[in-house]
Amino acid sequence: MTEQTKVTTLEKVVIRFSGDSGDGMQLTGTLFSNLSAIVGNEISTFPDYPAEVRAPQGTLSGVSGFQVHLGSGKILTPGDKADVLVAMNPAALKVNVKHLKSDSIVIIDTDSFQKSDLEKALFATDDPFAELGLGSVQVVAAPISSLVKEGLADLGLDNKSALRCKNMFALGLVCWLFERPLDEAMHLLQNKFAQKPLIAQANIKALTDGYNYGHNIHASVSTCRIEGCKAEPGFYMDVNGNKATSYGLIAAAEKAGLRLFLGSYPITPATDILHELSKRKDLGVITVQAEDEIAGICSAIGAGFAGCLAATSTSGPGLALKSEAIGLAVISELPLVVIDVQRSGPSTGMPTKSEQTDLLQALYGRNGECPLVVMAASTPTDCFDAAYWASKLALEHMTPVILLTDAFIANGSSAWKIPDLGTYPEIEPNYVSGYHDEKPWKPYRRNKENLVRYWAIPGQEGFAHRLGGLEKDYDTSSISTDPVNHQKMVATREAKIEKIADYIPEQEVIGDADADMLIVGWGGTYGHLYETMEIMRKQGKKVALAHFRFINPLPRNTENILSRYKKVVVAEHNNGQFANYLRSKVTGFNPYRFNRVKGQPFVVARLVEEFTKILEA
Amino acid sequence: MTTQENIYQAKDYKSDQYVRWCPGCGDHAVLNCLHKAMAAVGIPPHRTAVISGIGCSSRLPYYMNTYGFHTIHGRGAAIATGLKTARPDLSVWLITGDGDCLAIGGNHFIHAVRRNVDLNIVLFNNKIYGLTKGQYSPTSDRGFVSKSSPYGTVEDPFIPAELALGARGTFFARAIDVDMKNTPEILEASARHKGASVTEVLVNCVIFNNGVHKQITDRAFRAERTIFLRHGEKMVYGAENDKGIVLDGLKLKSVTIGQDGYTLDDVLVHDAHCRDNTLHMMLAMMGENMPIALGVIRDVEAPTYDAAVHEQLADVQAKMPARTLNDFLMSGDVWEIK
Repeated sequence: MTEQTKVTTLEKVVIRFSGDSGDGMQLTGTLFSNLSAIVGNEISTFPDYPAEVRAPQGTLSGVSGFQVHLGSGKILTPGDKADVLVAMNPAALKVNVKHLKSDSIVIIDTDSFQKSDLEKALFATDDPFAELGLGSVQVVAAPISSLVKEGLADLGLDNKSALRCKNMFALGLVCWLFERPLDEAMHLLQNKFAQKPLIAQANIKALTDGYNYGHNIHASVSTCRIEGCKAEPGFYMDVNGNKATSYGLIAAAEKAGLRLFLGSYPITPATDILHELSKRKDLGVITVQAEDEIAGICSAIGAGFAGCLAATSTSGPGLALKSEAIGLAVISELPLVVIDVQRSGPSTGMPTKSEQTDLLQALYGRNGECPLVVMAASTPTDCFDAAYWASKLALEHMTPVILLTDAFIANGSSAWKIPDLGTYPEIEPNYVSGYHDEKPWKPYRRNKENLVRYWAIPGQEGFAHRLGGLEKDYDTSSISTDPVNHQKMVATREAKIEKIADYIPEQEVIGDADADMLIVGWGGTYGHLYETMEIMRKQGKKVALAHFRFINPLPRNTENILSRYKKVVVAEHNNGQFANYLRSKVTGFNPYRFNRVKGQPFVVARLVEEFTKILEA
Repeated sequence: MTTQENIYQAKDYKSDQYVRWCPGCGDHAVLNCLHKAMAAVGIPPHRTAVISGIGCSSRLPYYMNTYGFHTIHGRGAAIATGLKTARPDLSVWLITGDGDCLAIGGNHFIHAVRRNVDLNIVLFNNKIYGLTKGQYSPTSDRGFVSKSSPYGTVEDPFIPAELALGARGTFFARAIDVDMKNTPEILEASARHKGASVTEVLVNCVIFNNGVHKQITDRAFRAERTIFLRHGEKMVYGAENDKGIVLDGLKLKSVTIGQDGYTLDDVLVHDAHCRDNTLHMMLAMMGENMPIALGVIRDVEAPTYDAAVHEQLADVQAKMPARTLNDFLMSGDVWEIK
């Protein structure tokens, strides 16, 4: 099919789909990334959508975008700037100027670049490209709306329904541009609209028309081929962070032989965890959509007491509401997984944008001395492993675990090799059946090795007991206000969490063993920091990366690693929370810092520039 | 259940902990009634869980030889909801007070009632905050003088029955702390009810609100100022059983049988099982010149949340049996790389 067209082979490319929030850009982007993953490309995606359900049509605030980065090599970020932009209207073009390379290909629907459209997007002239200084981009201008209406005329759809297919026309064009096989796309559309055959037909027609249009006009741009890469053999699927988190919890429950219970209240950007787990009744998952955030966690605490793997999912404002209940889980020493999909704050902040600003809230945001485990997931697929580990630590050490993910990895997706659960570590809670001391059992009697109390699940005869938020006596487990006992219980709860460092892997350092600079990060910035390190190494610099998953307790070798390098830079999406935390844990540690709080992912080029300055300083 | 009735006695539900309520506090009597009611129902202590929030009455789980959880202020209903939903096989009680249940925990309370979670909720109403030493509560009467309302409150109270029925409650009963004869029977009925049962117990706070319910509970005039409702029985009361409740237009009216032309035939028969809660609401709201209604005012069957959750799980699983996470993942949009 491409015999007459010039084909360029690229290693990686960034494509951004952008339009009105009603234009179906999220679907278009998702379909395209799935197609790319199926042909063996590595992918990383970044949905960037407005907080409003439907902002006024054609306006700058209503622009919704979906960026996908694909390539034949390792792809860890959605990319800094786009090689190809699909702009369904002038507002989408204007909003995305900052995301464009100077030689980008821009595909536009000329039907929606009329005078009134330009006015809505606040253009002063009738040449938006000149006005935005986009002299060097290659424009593929197609009258998409009218072509779609024409193409679907025979199907008997109303005007509005027909026009809703214009995103598929655009997708067809992009598929042509990147030599994506249309049969896979058709298959995906058929599945998506299985209940609505007419809509499926219309979408497929628009898709094909778009592809043929590109082919027939030989648009004055060359098509590009991204070769499939040699991934590890196995079965793959596309997964975003929230889904991977959900699956990680299910996997842990399955491994531990316990029922999974999620108590949750809808909140952006965490709600998809509730959605996914609500669907998984086939796997025995119980979900309670509670009356508020507090009831979300409290119902989970009740379920944890009842003997479930209990979890609650939320974002920053919800975590704030859950603080008191987390304290209850700490003092009653019950297993609980708290997932915080971080978003921009404070308060309501920017609900759909990503940040790492809840770290200190997770570590310290409670009354009393209230230690617990804090972890962070690094990529969409890593959410699976992180959720599995969070569940394992919660169940085996009878403690709440806060797992921090963020909007960026929660919504971003990549191809994921379906894991073999047989290779995952066992999960063995400290059940009361394992209590063999000569002293009679009491609820706060502990395993001497790891200081974990024994879990007696209601229904077992001989183990009826009372837990509660009041301080308990170390020996008798009765209520106690004895000062010496309180000191001992505070120290014991602290030591129990500290001991977990013996049960987690040591911190890994990747890159140059003799690095002149260590990059330190945690959570969702992994892709950007890794790519930055790789670019700098290719430039001949000696750089290493320590990216933390376990934050409290820190891995045993943390101090050793941090004191090994001449220069250390801690990069994070906040004002230095992890850097300050590390300073409180490692004597004399005084790192360089790179902090951005814009609600947007790091820009790799900028990281390279800043880190190079530090290195050469 | 009947076969188990004699296996457990009240003492089997009692823990070894020293009860720390003030001497003379109404809570002591309710605790004893609860032990009796549990023995009468016969669910073993180890299959029973007693959850509470914060406040004087919420100390109660420590005095039970069952599984128990003394949680945080107002959140007992949410924790009990999670527990019961996870484990419908357990008998779950929620012990709460007027502050815990109707102020800080109001939201969780109405939603537990609305969902009809099979919880036995015992609401200790002494119209005062005792543990924090004497502030007015959401059930204190307008004008009530307390440490935090030295000039009297300027707000109207909740009537627990009105709130519970307003939240579409399926069971509401009212009891008196000192009524050792009837309270165990009422609590037993609340345990046998499938769904959220709310039992308001009028309790005395001997320190901060002594005599709060005296106008109702004092033996000298209790028979004249209260009516004990039993399903299927005539609504009669009074020391001589000479008074009755009749319907007068759209209102309830207290009459003396044999006076003003009223006979026993005019007196209403209590139907606790009637789905329409209009009459239950009127009965529960009686006061002023009418006797306070005691006993089981409403007891209606309806699907419970916890059972429905498990039925839905079973339905879905019956269609897709014996699945693991791996089965599920492999059934989606998956591709193979060889």
